[in-house]
Amino acid sequence: MTTLIYTILTLCIIGVVAAVVLYFVAQKFKVEEDPRIDETEKMLPGANCGGCGFPGCRGLATALVESDDISALYCSVGGDECMSKIADYLGKAAPKKEPQVATVRCGGSCEKRPRTNTYVGATSCAIASSLYVGETGCAYGCLGYGDCVEACAFDAIHINPETGLAEVDADKCTACGACVKACPKGIIELRKRWPKNRAIYVSCVSKDKGAVTMKACKAGCIGCRKCEKVCEFGAITVENNVAFIDSTKCRLCRKCVAECPTGAIRMIGLAPLVKKEEVKEEK
Amino acid sequence: MKTFPIGGVHPSDNKQWSKGSAIEVMELPDVVNIPLAQHIGAPATAIVKKGDSVVVGQKIAEATGFMSANIHAPISGTVTAVDMQPNGQGLRQMMITIKREGDEWDEAIDRSTTLVTECNLEPKQIIEKIKDAGIVGMGGATFPTHVKLSIPDGKRAEILIINGVECEPYLTSDYRTMLERGQELIVGTRILMRAIGVTKAVIGVEANKPDAVAHLQQIIGTATDITVQMLKTQYPQGGEKQLIAAVTSRQVPPPPALPIDVGAVVCNASTAVAVYEAVQKNKPLIERVVTVTGAAVPQPKNLLTRFGTPVEAMIAKCGGLAEGDVKVINGGPMMGRALSNIAMPVMKGCSGITIMVGAAAGRGVESACIKCAKCVEACPMGLEPYLLSKQAKKKAWDAMEANDITSCIECGCCQFTCPANIPLLDYVRLGKQTVMGIIRARNMKK
Repeated sequence: MTTLIYTILTLCIIGVVAAVVLYFVAQKFKVEEDPRIDETEKMLPGANCGGCGFPGCRGLATALVESDDISALYCSVGGDECMSKIADYLGKAAPKKEPQVATVRCGGSCEKRPRTNTYVGATSCAIASSLYVGETGCAYGCLGYGDCVEACAFDAIHINPETGLAEVDADKCTACGACVKACPKGIIELRKRWPKNRAIYVSCVSKDKGAVTMKACKAGCIGCRKCEKVCEFGAITVENNVAFIDSTKCRLCRKCVAECPTGAIRMIGLAPLVKKEEVKEEK
Repeated sequence: MKTFPIGGVHPSDNKQWSKGSAIEVMELPDVVNIPLAQHIGAPATAIVKKGDSVVVGQKIAEATGFMSANIHAPISGTVTAVDMQPNGQGLRQMMITIKREGDEWDEAIDRSTTLVTECNLEPKQIIEKIKDAGIVGMGGATFPTHVKLSIPDGKRAEILIINGVECEPYLTSDYRTMLERGQELIVGTRILMRAIGVTKAVIGVEANKPDAVAHLQQIIGTATDITVQMLKTQYPQGGEKQLIAAVTSRQVPPPPALPIDVGAVVCNASTAVAVYEAVQKNKPLIERVVTVTGAAVPQPKNLLTRFGTPVEAMIAKCGGLAEGDVKVINGGPMMGRALSNIAMPVMKGCSGITIMVGAAAGRGVESACIKCAKCVEACPMGLEPYLLSKQAKKKAWDAMEANDITSCIECGCCQFTCPANIPLLDYVRLGKQTVMGIIRARNMKK
C-alpha cells in the first residue's frame, strides 16, 4: 500500500515541477507572432492546394500580412471576394484577377485518334511520357493516365472513359494550377473564365506539320491559319504549326470555329454561328 | 570465378537463337535517317544541307562542344532533308535524311581486310583520330570515347578493361565480334592502352562464352600485356562499375565519381574494334553489328548494319514479325526500350533488336508490395528499390537524393526479381531523372 502512495506522490511532484518549469520556459521563449496571420488564415479557403505558390494557406497568410504591397499575391480558390475581404481587414489595396479555369487542350478521343500500340506499365503520365510518346501516332496529345486527376485537390478533373481524355468540371475548378504542373505534355492551360463557363479554345497542341498531324489525329490543328485570318480581334496566332487563341483578347465571336476544317477549335456553352443577326440579338 | 560483390540476378540468357549465326552484311537501305543525337551529351550540329551530295564516311554533323560526337554519312547519295522525324519512341528528333545512290566511299578510308598491327601514333593523335571518327561507347550507353580517354589532370589510369561481358540476355553482337574480329579487337585494345598510357589490359568475358575466351587467348598467345578474364554469368556483370569491381576488386564511389577515380577505363569490345578501324584504317563509325533475335523470329541473325537502316528492314530480313501482340525492343529485354515506331533508324548504341511475343511481350499483373526485400538483395548498387519507388510515387525527391538515387544504373534487377510485378524501375527512373534535374538546377545557381 505504501509503495502505491509513494508512486502516486512522486508522479504528482514531478508533474507539478514540470508544469512550473514549462510555464517559465514558455514565458521566456515566447514567439511573438502577428495575430492577424491567424485571422487571415481563417479567411482563406484552407485548401492548402499550393496554387498561390506558397506551401499552404498559412504561407500566403504570412506573406499577405507581412508585405506592404499585396498586388502580386492572390488566392485563385477564394477569388476576388475572398481577397477583397482580406484586403479590407488588413487595410491594403485588394489584388484583382480575372477568374480563370483549367482547360485541357486535346481533342484526340479514341475515335479521332486511333491507337497504334498498347502501353503496359505504371499508370502514370509522367512515367509513360518519359518512356515514349504514347499509344497513338500523336506525340503531343493527352495520355489519359490521370496525373492531373491525382494532382487535383478539388475533384474537378477526370478522365472520360469514353474519350480517354481528361475533362475539367468547370464548376469545381478553382484555377489553382496543380494540373497544369502535373501534365508532362503541357496540355492544360489556365484560361479566362467566361460567364456560364462558355469557352472557345484550340483543342490541340501538336507542333507537327499539318500532314503528320492529320495522319495521327482527325481532331488536330493543322496550322492552316484560316482562323488567324478570320479573327478580328487579333486573338489568334499560329506558331509551330499550331493555332493559339489568347483568351484575354478573344470575344467569343465564333468565326474561327466555323472556319476550322478539322474541328480543332472547340466551343463550349455556345450555339454554332449561323447568321450575323443572331449574334447581334444575343449581345 | 570472379564476379561483382553485391546483388545481381540470373535471367535465362537465351543467346542460343542467334549465337550460331555468323555476322552477315545487311543490304544497304535506299533511304536513311541519321539522328543528330546518337550519344550522351550535346546533339551534333548538321554541316550538310538539303541537296548536298555525300559519300560514305563523309562527316555530316560536327560535335557540339567536348561532350558530343561527330556523325558521318553511312551511305552515299543526296541529302534530301534535315528535319524533325520520329525516333523509336515516337519523339521528334532532328535527323538528316539521305537518299542512296550507289556506294561511293571516301578515298581516305582503307577498305582492305589486311590487319595493320603497327601503331606509332602519340596518345594525343590517337584520341584525336577517335574523336574525328565519332566513336562512342557501343555497349548502349553511347558515352563519347574520346572523352573517356582524355584523362583529367591529377588522375592516372592504371588498367584498361575491355567489356566483352555482354550480360544482357538474347544479344550476341559482341560475342560474334569477339569471335570473328578477334585480331582487330586485340590491336584496338593495344591502341587504347597506348592512348591512356597503361601497360595492362583485361578483357572481361562471361562464362557462357567459353569459345570467345579461348579464341581471344589463342590470339594473345604468350603476350602478357592483355589477359582474358572469365567472369561468372550473372546480370549485370557488364555494368561498368560491376565489371571494375569484378576485375579489380575496387569500388567506384557514388556519383559524381567516375571509373577513372579508381584508375580504371572501361571500353566495350565492339568499341575496341571501331577504334582499330578508325586509327588504322581511317574508317569512321558508320556501321555496327546488330543482333535481331527472339523466340518467334524465324531466322535470328547478327547483321553488320549501316547506321540509319530502318529496324523494320532488318526484321523483314530475319523473317518478319509474328502475328498478334508483339513487343519490339531496342536492345535486350533487361535494359532495352520498347519501340512504338519500328521505322526507327539503327544508331550507334543499338546492339540488338529483341522481339517478344505473347505473354512475354506484356507485364504481369501488379499486386501489393509484401516487403520481401528481394529487390534490395538483387540491387547491384546496394539501393533499396522498394523504398525509392514509394518515394517517387510520393514525389519525395529530397528523400530520394538522400537515398543515393543517382547511383542507380537502371539495370532492372529490382523489377525482374519482384514477385509482385511492381514496376519498380519505372518509378525509380522517374525519380532519378527528376533528382538529376534538381541537382543540375542547383549547380547552375551556384
